[in-house]
Amino acid sequence: MTTIDTHAGAPAGSARPGLVAAVANWLTSSDHKKIGRLMVGESIVAAVAAAVIGTLVALERVSSGYSIFDGDATPQLLALFRYLLVFGALAPLMIGLAVAVVPMQVGSRAIAFPRLAQFGFWAWDLGSVMVIISIAGNGGPGGGNSDLVDMYLLGVALAAAGLAAAATSVATTVLTSRAPGMGTDDVPAFSWGALVGSIAAVLTLPVAVGTVVYLYIDHTYARVAFGGNKAVADHLHFSMTQPATFVFAAIAVAVLADIAPVTARTRQPLRAPMLAGVGLVAAGALGAVTQSQHMLSTDGSTGDTVRSAIPYLLFNGLPVLGVLVALATSLFVLKAGKPRVTSPFAFSFLGTGMVFVGMLGGMVQNIEAAGLSGTAFEEGATTYVVYGAAMALVGGLLHWAPKLWGVTVAEKKSLPLAGLALLGTVLSSFPNYIAGFADQPAGAVDGFSYDGPAGLWNGLTAAGHVLVALALLAAAGALISAVRSGQRASDDPWDGHTLEWAIPSPAPHDNFSELATVMSAEPVLDAKPKSEVSA
Amino acid sequence: MTIALPQRGAPAPRRQVFVATAIIGAGISMLMAGMLAMWMKFRAAAPVRESSDGFYMIKDWLPESIKIPEVAANTMFVTFFVACIMAQWAVYSARRDDARHRSMALGITAAVGIAIVNAQIAVWSQMGIGVRDGAYQSMFYAITGTMLVLVAIGIAFSAAAFFRSVGGRGDDMQVVSAHALYWYVLTGINMALWFLVYVQK
Repeated sequence: MTTIDTHAGAPAGSARPGLVAAVANWLTSSDHKKIGRLMVGESIVAAVAAAVIGTLVALERVSSGYSIFDGDATPQLLALFRYLLVFGALAPLMIGLAVAVVPMQVGSRAIAFPRLAQFGFWAWDLGSVMVIISIAGNGGPGGGNSDLVDMYLLGVALAAAGLAAAATSVATTVLTSRAPGMGTDDVPAFSWGALVGSIAAVLTLPVAVGTVVYLYIDHTYARVAFGGNKAVADHLHFSMTQPATFVFAAIAVAVLADIAPVTARTRQPLRAPMLAGVGLVAAGALGAVTQSQHMLSTDGSTGDTVRSAIPYLLFNGLPVLGVLVALATSLFVLKAGKPRVTSPFAFSFLGTGMVFVGMLGGMVQNIEAAGLSGTAFEEGATTYVVYGAAMALVGGLLHWAPKLWGVTVAEKKSLPLAGLALLGTVLSSFPNYIAGFADQPAGAVDGFSYDGPAGLWNGLTAAGHVLVALALLAAAGALISAVRSGQRASDDPWDGHTLEWAIPSPAPHDNFSELATVMSAEPVLDAKPKSEVSA
Repeated sequence: MTIALPQRGAPAPRRQVFVATAIIGAGISMLMAGMLAMWMKFRAAAPVRESSDGFYMIKDWLPESIKIPEVAANTMFVTFFVACIMAQWAVYSARRDDARHRSMALGITAAVGIAIVNAQIAVWSQMGIGVRDGAYQSMFYAITGTMLVLVAIGIAFSAAAFFRSVGGRGDDMQVVSAHALYWYVLTGINMALWFLVYVQK
């Protein structure tokens, strides 16, 4: 037996690095925790920006009588909103958290191919900046500036390639760098979700890149095959809506699967179904790679209905079943143990619940007879999934804050924010479900009368986006405040089960000074004296 | 408090380069599969017109004036298999600790990759089409150009493995294996591309 105690305190008398050196250190570091934190930090900014744009778009829809923006600006804003939700926030939030946490969980000293992960971050970052600049200059989908439309396409391709690169790094870490004795069945729930989600991302994002290559060549040279600027949004739509969003939601669901047993202070008795559930969520990748939404049609013969039902259930139903299983097993472990209410659990449980509602919405939207395709219902489902996943991510950040920043955020500050985020998510999303039944169009502002109840729904949506932005800012503020206060967290403040809780807080540069042998899925729980184990 | 865990020595990383290459190989396969699927979709959606002799109806997809240079296309198709054989020779030599043959095989693989680039350029120049000429032309350049980029990455991989081998770092078996895997993946992708783009057109 050995005790892992590798507090890497600064040498006595060592000078703090200058600002330039510190910035250079952050920007060029191959430490997975720094790369992950950079990615998560920027994507939280993107999520807040998306919420602000969502507010503006919803306000534009409050009444037909007035307009905040001119006619050309609203399609661009909607394009930016969709990009920021999926490529700016959802995907990098999930992959960034995985980059930061997975190596510690699987008992590795570093992430596999740290320079690849770093390249992934910078490629995504540069691509996102290109997208924002091009849309700001009227160069988004349908925009009037052709050169900037080209830049938009290059930006999307670069961001997708960067995310795929970082996902490759995460998946390789789980597959090759586990601690001695840790079989794939012993991998912690979050790392399992990161593996499944990363592989699904590596399979789906290149399909989007391929589409962009066609669009770019056609738009730059010929403009005959794809129809120029106007068709860009149509052809890229599949990568920024359901079921492509489910791929990244798998990692969000895995946050809950990891936190629930710790909250319940017991082992997960249904570990295999829980892992299967997380895996099923990523089945959305199967639908995403086909570049289409698989509709359930009941118009034709019974045979036609069955033929449409199979892909519909496969691509839409399996992810819903996966989230349901993950939620059920989380509730079961709470029942089996002695749960306590913690903010990480509240955020991740409520967030996963929102993802579930969004996925159910995705199923309903794809029933042809409901006539909801292309309506605001689709926007509602997307915001449910993205904001729900962002909530789960905040739960993950609060949970792993001791390892990433060396602090814990006070429960009285963070717990109420879970309620605020829940309210914001419901308000920003559910009115769009109602608006969808009233045929309010998605991705457009024109062509619909917003007078009467439609104004109310859109007003509520605007308020919801504001609340989500406030909740995210407040959570980030609470974290920053905890870091600035200098109060150090203990090494194992949550009574954790997995390897990251065996190292000091914050985690040292190389994570582990000595690698331990793992004999179960909860190696740290195994090593604790029985008197400390509650259940 | 820190936790006591049973200790053991550091494990050897489990074939990181090979596993990462496999994952990247899956990714580039999906990239090309998606592009080929769009190619087939556009081809299927092309309008139908009467042939010049008026005897039958043909898809208005490949313009009549364009002829696929089959010799260059088929040479390129076969050359991919040569690259695989060379890459596998490098693996065989690495297993036998035969540094000279390993280096030679890796160098030849890079040269064969350059021959593939040459064949692709020959296809383009013999077809004599411009990327601005129409839907078929722009999509043809997009898909074959993307394949060429993947081949260029393969050449860079071969060159890196070659210089590692020449520099005495050839004992790393997994790099040579990963290199072979990448060329196998490229060959598989090219088989699909050759059939759908050059044979079925």
